[in-house]
Amino acid sequence: MAWAEPGAGEDRQVPARVQNESEGRRRNAGNVRAARRRVLPWRGAVVPGVILLLWFWAVDGGRVSHALLVPLTQTLAAPWHDPAGQQIWAAAGISLLRMLAGLSIGALLGVVAGVALGLSATARTVGSPTLHALRQVALFAWIPLLTAWLGNGEAAKITFIALGAFFPVFLNTEQGVRDRAVVYQELSAALLLPWRVRLRQVVLPGALPAILVGLEMALLIAWIGTVGAEYAIGTGRGIGAFLATSRDQFRMDLILLGVLVLALVGGAGFAALRGVARSAVPWLKQEEAK
Amino acid sequence: MREVLETVRSVASAPVSARLALHGVSKCYEVDGRLLPVLEQISLDVADGEFVAVVGASGCGKSTLLRLIAGLDADFEGKLSLDDKPVRGPGLERGIVFQDHRLLPWLTVEANVGLALTAYALPAAERARRVTEVLELVGLDHFAGAYPHQLSGGMAQRAAIARGLVSQPSLLLMDEPFGALDSLTRVYLQEELLRIWERRRVTVVVVTHDVEEAVFLADTVVVLEPDPGRIAARLSIQMERPRDRTDPRFVAYKADILRRLRR
Repeated sequence: MAWAEPGAGEDRQVPARVQNESEGRRRNAGNVRAARRRVLPWRGAVVPGVILLLWFWAVDGGRVSHALLVPLTQTLAAPWHDPAGQQIWAAAGISLLRMLAGLSIGALLGVVAGVALGLSATARTVGSPTLHALRQVALFAWIPLLTAWLGNGEAAKITFIALGAFFPVFLNTEQGVRDRAVVYQELSAALLLPWRVRLRQVVLPGALPAILVGLEMALLIAWIGTVGAEYAIGTGRGIGAFLATSRDQFRMDLILLGVLVLALVGGAGFAALRGVARSAVPWLKQEEAK
Repeated sequence: MREVLETVRSVASAPVSARLALHGVSKCYEVDGRLLPVLEQISLDVADGEFVAVVGASGCGKSTLLRLIAGLDADFEGKLSLDDKPVRGPGLERGIVFQDHRLLPWLTVEANVGLALTAYALPAAERARRVTEVLELVGLDHFAGAYPHQLSGGMAQRAAIARGLVSQPSLLLMDEPFGALDSLTRVYLQEELLRIWERRRVTVVVVTHDVEEAVFLADTVVVLEPDPGRIAARLSIQMERPRDRTDPRFVAYKADILRRLRR
């Protein structure tokens, strides 16, 4: 059983002060995972890099030529030299602000609803069926209703984004609160903690890892929802509108630029959230390793 | 405001140790619509300052008994009183230590211990003084700013004991406090617990399945038998402390209790 060897080797690396064997294995798994995380970002750049190189080699090098294929250099130069392409800066900024507005509202309501339903059985029986039924409605199916109620302006878009961000945060918060509530309920009761202290010191920090997972999902959905809303609702500015205009003008370079910016902003937002989450909760890494 | 002051005063003047009395305490759980008795007619008197260990196989209801005394479960029959006052709900005159340390991972040791003083609304300086004092007592004063995940299992359990003691309870309840520790740490903490008990002279009820631990620690060992949980025997351990685990009397007590548990 040669493949059993690495596991045995890992156990030997456990520092001497770790007395408990299972504890040691847990910490070790954490170390391995941390090491892998350090390598990953570099590896992750390989695939997009190769695609960009292929694009450059084929199109810019004149090996392939078609109306739908524009040179990489032209696409990358557009935000600086092209008057229409320069719009992308403002568009990205507006989309980002719009997403942050919707995400904040949706996530805040999600945490409130999740805590309420996670703590109170009454709230759960009253609210749960409705919320779980609404969750089944595909996100984009809300657009006709929202535009009918709120018009084609900012209110409809932000409501739409908030709606998308709400559910992952709500579901994760509820689960996180319920899991932790059981463990720490007796402690809170024995220490006679007032409900406000209980909420601030016990329930919310306990659910924080789950809330952050929900927030990561919410960020993804909110970003998709932002561009979707801009594209589908159509008025105003933003990357979605930028894409729609570029398509109407058949500017392939600007469409590709829009897609690139979407991926970059979305990815950067995700990484930033991860970073903030990890530094904001020093004990989180330990929790994950369990 | 007056209420707060009164609470503070009553804390300051609280008796060091308490007298615990259980009379005909029975408890049932409902399982699949049927009532399952877990504790039957438990009667027990614990003198103030006494160290009592409750031993029994797992599932004999000993943790349930502790939860009733802690006031975490008010659904039982019989009488349960502390210094002649009936127990209704939890109270800070009863400190509790759980089997898993149950420290909040996001709070430092200091903040975890201080959490047990929340209900007293003490001035910050007084609060800090008490936390420091109790951390010194358990030997964790240098780890006040550490997070639970930075502590070993034994240190975490000592922090939990500090949290149980910081409100200066007259009764300390411990549910398998050293059950999750390795045997060396367990023995060490048993000695530490006796040292702390001798300093504080608080009444202690500890629940354990470790017979040796019970004989090493307690003035009185209460043996529970299961299905439903009843008191099978109550033994007074007539040995001076510190007790030698190899002493023939110690070994005889152990054998006696084990025999009663096996029946």
